[in-house]
Amino acid sequence: MIHLTIDGIPVEVEKGTTILQAAKQAGITIPTLCYIEDLLPDGSCRMCVVEVTNNGRSKIDTACTLQVSEGDEVQTMSEKVIDSRKKTLDLLLSDHNVHCFSCEANGDCKLQDLCFEYGLEETSYEGEMTSLPKDESNKFFSYDPSLCILCHRCVNTCTEIVGRAAIDTMERGFQSVIGAAPEKVWAEGTCESCGNCVQACPTGALSMKRRKKYRAYQVDKVVRTTCPHCATGCQMDLIVKDGKIVDVKGADGPSNRGLLCVKGRSGSFDFVDHKTRIRHPLIKNKETGEFEQATWDEALDLVASKFSEIKTNYGGDALAGFACSRSTNEDIYMLQKMVRAAFGSNNTDNCARV
Amino acid sequence: MTNTIYDITHESDAIMLVGSNPEEAHPVIGMQVRQAVARGAKLIVVDPRDIDLSKKATIHLKLRPGTNVAFANGLMHIFIEEGLVDQKFIEERTENFEAMKEMVKDYTPEKVAEICQIDADQLREAARIYATANRAPIMYCLGVTEHHTGTEGVMSLSNVAMMVGKIGRPGCGVNPIRGQNNVQGACDMGASPNQFTGYQNIAAPGIVEKFEEAWGVKLNHEIGTKATDCFPKMISGDIKGLLIFGEDPVRTDPNTHHVIKALESLDFFVVDELFMTETAKLADVILPGRSYAEKEGTFTNTERRVQRVRKAVEIAGETRPDTWIFTEIMNRMGYPQPHLTPAQIMDEIASVTPSFAGISHERLDSEEVGGKGLQWPCISKDHPGTPIMHVGKFARGLGYFRPAAYKPSAELPDEEYPLLMMTGRILYHYNACAMTDKTEGINEIAGSSFIELNTADANALGILDGELVSVSSRRGTIQAEARVSGKTNKGECWMPFHYLEGSCNWLTSDALDGISSTPEYKVCAVKVAKAE
Repeated sequence: MIHLTIDGIPVEVEKGTTILQAAKQAGITIPTLCYIEDLLPDGSCRMCVVEVTNNGRSKIDTACTLQVSEGDEVQTMSEKVIDSRKKTLDLLLSDHNVHCFSCEANGDCKLQDLCFEYGLEETSYEGEMTSLPKDESNKFFSYDPSLCILCHRCVNTCTEIVGRAAIDTMERGFQSVIGAAPEKVWAEGTCESCGNCVQACPTGALSMKRRKKYRAYQVDKVVRTTCPHCATGCQMDLIVKDGKIVDVKGADGPSNRGLLCVKGRSGSFDFVDHKTRIRHPLIKNKETGEFEQATWDEALDLVASKFSEIKTNYGGDALAGFACSRSTNEDIYMLQKMVRAAFGSNNTDNCARV
Repeated sequence: MTNTIYDITHESDAIMLVGSNPEEAHPVIGMQVRQAVARGAKLIVVDPRDIDLSKKATIHLKLRPGTNVAFANGLMHIFIEEGLVDQKFIEERTENFEAMKEMVKDYTPEKVAEICQIDADQLREAARIYATANRAPIMYCLGVTEHHTGTEGVMSLSNVAMMVGKIGRPGCGVNPIRGQNNVQGACDMGASPNQFTGYQNIAAPGIVEKFEEAWGVKLNHEIGTKATDCFPKMISGDIKGLLIFGEDPVRTDPNTHHVIKALESLDFFVVDELFMTETAKLADVILPGRSYAEKEGTFTNTERRVQRVRKAVEIAGETRPDTWIFTEIMNRMGYPQPHLTPAQIMDEIASVTPSFAGISHERLDSEEVGGKGLQWPCISKDHPGTPIMHVGKFARGLGYFRPAAYKPSAELPDEEYPLLMMTGRILYHYNACAMTDKTEGINEIAGSSFIELNTADANALGILDGELVSVSSRRGTIQAEARVSGKTNKGECWMPFHYLEGSCNWLTSDALDGISSTPEYKVCAVKVAKAE
C-alpha cells in the first residue's frame, strides 16, 4: 500500500492508484473536464492539476494521469494550482463562444460552472477564434465547433464505451473539429445517433436539438424509470417541464451503465402525449362501422355484459385475454387474474411467442 | 438469461452469439459486446447474415437458416471427438449424457457442414474456441427460437453449455436476449395458458387450489389455449370473446390474412390500447390505457431483474391506469376485486409467487437495493436476489441432456418460391412501430420497408439496388425496396418486420413450434420480381 496526504488528510491506497482516484477515496473533489471514469485518462484538459511535494521537490501535474508515490503531499487548492486552473480556463475561453444566452447548455455547462467558481468572466487573450460552421446533419443533435473545448470526451465515449468509433478529432489548430471521416459530417459516417457523446459533452458543443425547448433551470422534475423498448432494461431519466416530457437522459443502471441507444434516448417519449393517442373510451356503431366516444360506464358495462353473456352461454373457455409484453408486471398480473377469476378461463397468454 | 449482461460481457474470454444481432435489436448490449471484443474476448458469430458484429468476429459461421440444431449437435460431436468435454461437470451435475452422445455420433463436422452450408474446419475451430475458453457465454435471440424446432434449438444450446461445464459460473451460461422490455415479466406474471405466476404449473398438484384460496374464487382447472392456437379457434367458433391488451397481432403475427379473418369471426372483441392500431380498428370497444410514462410499476429485463417504472406525466383526456380497467371489468363481471395501487399489487404477487416473495416496490425504492433492481429468484425480504442461476446445482437438480435430431424447416424454397426469407429487427424501430414511428427523426432515418437480396439472386432477376420489387409467398404479396448486397447468402433474403406498408407478415408462415407454438418467422419461401 502507498501512504500519502491530500490536503493534509492521510490516505492509504493501492500502488497504481492515480491521485484523482485517491482524492475521490478521501472524499476530496478535484475538478475535471476530459476525465471519464473507467477509461484510461485523456489528460488533455489540465483542469485536474494538483501540486505534489515529495522529498523536498514540488511539481504541478495532472491528477488523472499521475500515480501516487510513497510520501506524496498533495495540495488540490494551493495558490499555484488555482492559478494554473485559471490560466487553463482563460485559454479555453479564448476560443469559446461565450454568448451563453444563445446556448442550450446555459445553466448546465461544466465550463460555465468552473469559470464561475474560479471567477473568470471573460478571456484575457485577444485574437483569432474558430469560425467553423455548425454541423446539423444528425437528426437528433448538433455539433457547434465554436463551443467545443476539444476535451475528446465524445470521441472517447464513442470509441471506448459505445465501441462504434464513428467520430474522431480532425485537422489541427483552429481547424480542429470533431467529426466523422471522411467528410467530417456526422450523418455521413457510421454514427448510430445513440447520443451518448452528447451526454458526455461538458459544454453546449454537442446538444440534442430538443434542448431548444427547455433550459436546465426550467425542469420541474426528473423521473428515474426503465426504458420501454427492448429487454436490456436500461435505466433512464425522464426530464419533465410543464407536465410534458421534454428530454431523456441515460442513468447509471446495472445493465446499461449510463448508456442509451437511439430508441431509448430519442424514440421513447414523443409517443406519450402524441396527437394520435386514444383519449376516450370508444364503442363501434354496428350500423356505420364507425367508433363513437362513450363514457367509461357505458364502455365497461358493455364489455362486462357481453363477456358475461358469452360465459353464461358457452362457458369461460369461449373467452380469452392476451397480455401486453410492453406493459408492467402489475398490469399483466391483473390481466391474467381477470381472465382466470372473472372470465373463468385459462386462455391467457402474452406476445412472448410472437 | 442464466447470467447478467455485465458478467457475460465483462468477465468472459469468448462469446458465442447465435441468431442474435444485439447491435440493432439490443443496442446497449451490443455496445458491451463490442467492449468485450476490444478487451480481447474472442467472438463467434453464428448467423445467416453479415451482421455488423461479424466483422469483429474471430469466426463467423454464416449458416443456412433453420439449421441450429444440426450446428449444436455438430459442436457436441467435436467436443466428444477431441476430448473437450468437461467430464467432471457431466458426472456430477448432469444426467442422460450417454443418450446425448449417441445422438450426436452421426453429426460429423462434414455432415453438419453440408446441412448448415458452412466450412467443417471453421466449425471445429469454433468448437475449440468455445470449449477451451475458461469463461464463455452463449447468447442467443429469436434466430434460435423463431423456428418450428425453436424449443429444440434452445435445448440444444443448453446441451452444448452443459457438455463443457459452462453454466453456473460468471461469464458463462445460456443467455436468451429477450425481445420486449417486459416479455420476461409477462411470462413471470402468469399470462400463460398453463402456468400461474412464477411458472407454477396448473397441472401440478395443489397449485390451482392455492390460487383459489388466495383469490377466493373457484377457478378453471383445464389448461388454456396458447395465443397462436386461439386464432384457429376463433374461426371455428370455439372462442367468441377476446380482450387484447396492447398487442397488435394484425401487424405482428404471421399470415396476416388469417389473423384478420380470426378477429372478424369473434362475437365480441375488446382492446385496451394507446393508439388506433390495425388490430384496434377491428374491435367493438376500445379502452384507452396508459403508457409506461403515466404509471407506477415494474418491468423485468432479460436478466430477470425487476426494476421500477415511475409515473412522470398525465396526459389530457380520460385515459385510465390499465389495472383500474381490469379491476372494473372484474367487478362488473361479478368478481369482487378491490382497487389496489401498483405497490399493493406487487405485494399480492409476492404473496402467491415463491420466486418473487422478496420483491416489493418499497424494497426496490430502498437504499439497500440502490437502484439496481432485484433478480428473481428472490425468495424472502432479506434475500439479495440471484444474479447467476444454477450455481452448484440446477434448478431441477441434475441438468438433463435432451437430445434433439435436426429437422428441416416447415416451408423450404421450391421451384415456384425459390428464395428463403428471414425477418428481423432494425436499430431504429421497435416491432410494429406504434411507439417509435411517432418520432420524426427516426422516420427520416428509417421510414420504409426493404428487402435484402443477395447480389447473385438480384442479378439473375435483373433487379438493381434501390428498385421497387414485389415479394410473394403462398399467403400474400407485398412491395418493398430492394437492397442488394452480400449480406445474405445466395438463395436467401431478409426483411424487417416493422412497417405497415410492405409488412412482411402478409408473407410469413404460421407453421408453429411443436412445443411453444412460436411461429417460424425466420424461414418461409418467397419469390421476388421487379414491381409492375
